[in-house]
Amino acid sequence: MEGSLARESALKEVLPENTTKTLVPQVEVERVTRPAPPRYRNEIAKYIIRRSNDCTLCGKCAEVCPHGVHVLKPGYKLFSAPHLNVCAGPSCQRTDHYCIDLCPNKALQMVENPMLKAMGDYRWTPEMLMATWRMAETGEPPSPEYGCDYETGASEGGFDRLRFKFPEKPPVELRDDEIDTSIVLNRRDDGRPQVKIDVPWYGGGMSFGSVSNVVQLSKARAAVAFNTFTCTGEGGYMERMKPYDDHIITQIATGLFGVCEETIQRVRIVEFKYAQGAKPGLGGHLLADKVTPAVAKMRETVLGISLFSPFPFHSVYSIEDHQKHIDWIKHINRRALISTKVSTPNDVDMVAVGSYSAGTHIVHLDGGYGGTGAAPDIAKKNIAMPIEYGIVKVHRFLTDEGIRDKVTLIVSGGLRTPHDIAKAIALGADGVVVGTSELVALGCIRCSRCESGRGCPRGIATTDPELAGDVDLEWGTQRIINLYSAWRKELVDILKRFGMRSVSELRGRTDLLMHLDYTNDVETK
Amino acid sequence: MPKKYHIDTKKIPPRLPKTGKFGIVDWREDCARCHNCVKKACVYDRYRQEMQYIKDLEEFSAMFFECMGCFSCVQKCTKGLLALTVNPEYERMGNGYYTPDIILTTWNQAETAGIPVSGAGYRGKFTGAGFDSMWTDMSEIVRPTRDGIHGREYISTSVDIGRKPRLLSFENGRLTTALPPLVDLPVPIIIDMFPEEYRFPNLMPMLLAVAVRTGTMVIVDWERHGLPGTDEEKHLSNIIFHIGKEAPLPPPETLKKVRLIEIADSEEVEQRIEEIKAVNPGLVVAVRVELDARGENRSIELAHNPVIEVIHIVSDINGNQTGVEKPRFIKDMTRYIHTSLVKDGIRDEVTIVASGGIALAEHMAKEIICGADAVTIDMPLLIGLECRFCDSCRDGFDCPAKIESIDAKYGVGRMTNLIAVWHDQLIEVMGAMGMREARRLRGETGRALFFESIEEETFGRLFGKRISA
Repeated sequence: MEGSLARESALKEVLPENTTKTLVPQVEVERVTRPAPPRYRNEIAKYIIRRSNDCTLCGKCAEVCPHGVHVLKPGYKLFSAPHLNVCAGPSCQRTDHYCIDLCPNKALQMVENPMLKAMGDYRWTPEMLMATWRMAETGEPPSPEYGCDYETGASEGGFDRLRFKFPEKPPVELRDDEIDTSIVLNRRDDGRPQVKIDVPWYGGGMSFGSVSNVVQLSKARAAVAFNTFTCTGEGGYMERMKPYDDHIITQIATGLFGVCEETIQRVRIVEFKYAQGAKPGLGGHLLADKVTPAVAKMRETVLGISLFSPFPFHSVYSIEDHQKHIDWIKHINRRALISTKVSTPNDVDMVAVGSYSAGTHIVHLDGGYGGTGAAPDIAKKNIAMPIEYGIVKVHRFLTDEGIRDKVTLIVSGGLRTPHDIAKAIALGADGVVVGTSELVALGCIRCSRCESGRGCPRGIATTDPELAGDVDLEWGTQRIINLYSAWRKELVDILKRFGMRSVSELRGRTDLLMHLDYTNDVETK
Repeated sequence: MPKKYHIDTKKIPPRLPKTGKFGIVDWREDCARCHNCVKKACVYDRYRQEMQYIKDLEEFSAMFFECMGCFSCVQKCTKGLLALTVNPEYERMGNGYYTPDIILTTWNQAETAGIPVSGAGYRGKFTGAGFDSMWTDMSEIVRPTRDGIHGREYISTSVDIGRKPRLLSFENGRLTTALPPLVDLPVPIIIDMFPEEYRFPNLMPMLLAVAVRTGTMVIVDWERHGLPGTDEEKHLSNIIFHIGKEAPLPPPETLKKVRLIEIADSEEVEQRIEEIKAVNPGLVVAVRVELDARGENRSIELAHNPVIEVIHIVSDINGNQTGVEKPRFIKDMTRYIHTSLVKDGIRDEVTIVASGGIALAEHMAKEIICGADAVTIDMPLLIGLECRFCDSCRDGFDCPAKIESIDAKYGVGRMTNLIAVWHDQLIEVMGAMGMREARRLRGETGRALFFESIEEETFGRLFGKRISA
């Protein structure tokens, strides 16, 4: 099936020369962590410190707290609102700076915030949300003293029940800078570029329409900083994104909204989206309220009319048809790698092999528990399998078929933390796609109202100019850069504990995992 | 072109304030009256609506019942005075199986007839008990329902109720097999009798009206209700009379006009069917079998009897087996019965209708995959009328949702909306599966993934034996 590509050299004269390189000057974004404080006046915290009337305003608490929880501004008689989000909680009791005990008048009381009950869900616990906000703020993984158990959610299955079996001591002592977290996206040896990304993840497809353009640009700029990618989603390719072309994946989905040869020729990776995990088999639906003049123009549609992306591609009845699609792209963009995004039906292993044989470079599996935009509730949970099963199934099948090292397996659908990423790789993926975590870094609280009326009340999944104005581009970029930095540090730490020099050594190492619901007495490698 | 099955729906607003999930529970002193929360922070304008609500209120019952839980007001309050948490009244709703989330989504579906849609992915547990331990499968590329936007217009949800011949015989090209009577339903949903403690007398004519509007049928206790409603004669084709063990049969003139009748399981089943068929041989007779300790085997036994046409298996309202210490769930019992009949080579000859535990549209699809030809709906219809599952009525107290005094327009509209949106969701999930007919969905476990088997297949091979909880 690769014959058609072999003939490519003979077609050089008729292929557009302009696709061999990026035509627009590309912007550089520095990979530097800087504080990016929350944009809300009152950040939600795990613990609340109550100050009673016994407080004499002596200022002892502000003096002893190294985290800066208590704020007594010079010249002010009263305390400002405390910065409770940086409070370490009861774990501070073991230190010599526990404000509750040190208050001379015992005027302070610490309680767990009752609001946490209303926040988050089984998959994204309140602690995971807060820890992600914290990482986006500081660029550092939360220290154990922070008191947030954020490595796993409370879903009682999948990643949340998998744990790494770390050796007591690493077999090899490695420095952080000796550890390589990059992965290669083209393993086909087909003459196309060897695209390498510095971290084993890239940003998921979120269309202009489902999120604001500031969000899309923030993701793109962070992708540049980390030499990775972000995806346009299905809604077209904004002119403003041209300076980031080298780090953008443009998507061809079933609605073909905003798809044209010019945009396909700009990029280094083109993704065919057959399905998405949150609504496998159902296509896409952008509600009328979100089809603003800008969205309608970009998608060449009518203002205020709901947009459907049918399922599936009506021109694809078979793997051979899929190959025709891939060949089409390969011929109009001579440097592009092809990614095929599919969901996780029972026969996902066959689909993956078929995609490979059709000429794809990246098989992207999107499991059922992810998704950032709106989806029918009946589709969530109820259609297709969670990604944890899909990874194992596909990795195993590709290995048995002897083609595992010729294709890059990227997975998504509910990966929330660097620990999930490491587990996915240990189960057999090469890398992952993330989406929700980036939005959480920008202040998403997962209220699930992405679809309603004007859209997201947090100014993220919206095209309403007033709401979208809540997110600043510089701030958004920095928050995602910070999140990526913290994640990379966590990932390096995991690899270091195993004495691994490269993240690719972790791939398929299920022997390093254990499952809390199993006897774990099987010899695997 | 034949007329498509369609249910007309209309938005029917609630009579009572919804018990929402969130509530502002703390509004401490020192409010600066900046109105940030009212004018800016709440994009849903709930504060202003709440103000209007309280102004117009006849009786005080709820605050911020429509809060979306975005925390914007809490985080943007100039002085940090607001706190938000889960409404305890919301948490109290339901009975463990019918969770507050199920109740709230059912209210919304009965109000709007719209498929529930939300953002930010799945929020629940990885897996769970009952219907939560299975996933429907989907078809990635090759699918039969590919025409049109989603191919929905080519999906048929109709099912046949009755006994089917094992094979057809022809002689000189002419069919010689006597075809048994069949009842065709446009949607695999039958309205069941509500459990004894939830039988509001005013609902029966409304349920009949819903059956007529949706083209399905309602099971009516003959002994208790006789013919419900004023136009009952006109709508006999939408009524399934349930005849208790000892109850007398309806008069011949009634039996001659109905299409389907249900009798309680007993030793005299055959004799009763014979009596009914003597009056109206074209009538389909269903046998209602309680899924108690012997329910599954009794169903299989009945299916082997050539006079049995339809078996209606009934678990409790939560889908559990009755009268046993460790009850099995309806989905597992249905799978057992279905699989046994397939092994015996007689599955296609009888129809199985399943009751109990069908709380959401997804349960209907999953129960059909597990082997039922059709399901019944009962408690969700009551919830659609704003029942909170408080069980006051069961305990002899007044219904806080005042269901005994609802008007017919409201009741019929809400219940019709609910059936319509279940039908729409069935099409949605069948579209994803690439299934064109509900008839073919029955027992199609190849279009499903079961937690136990997929865990064993993937994690079992990696991590050994699963430790049962």
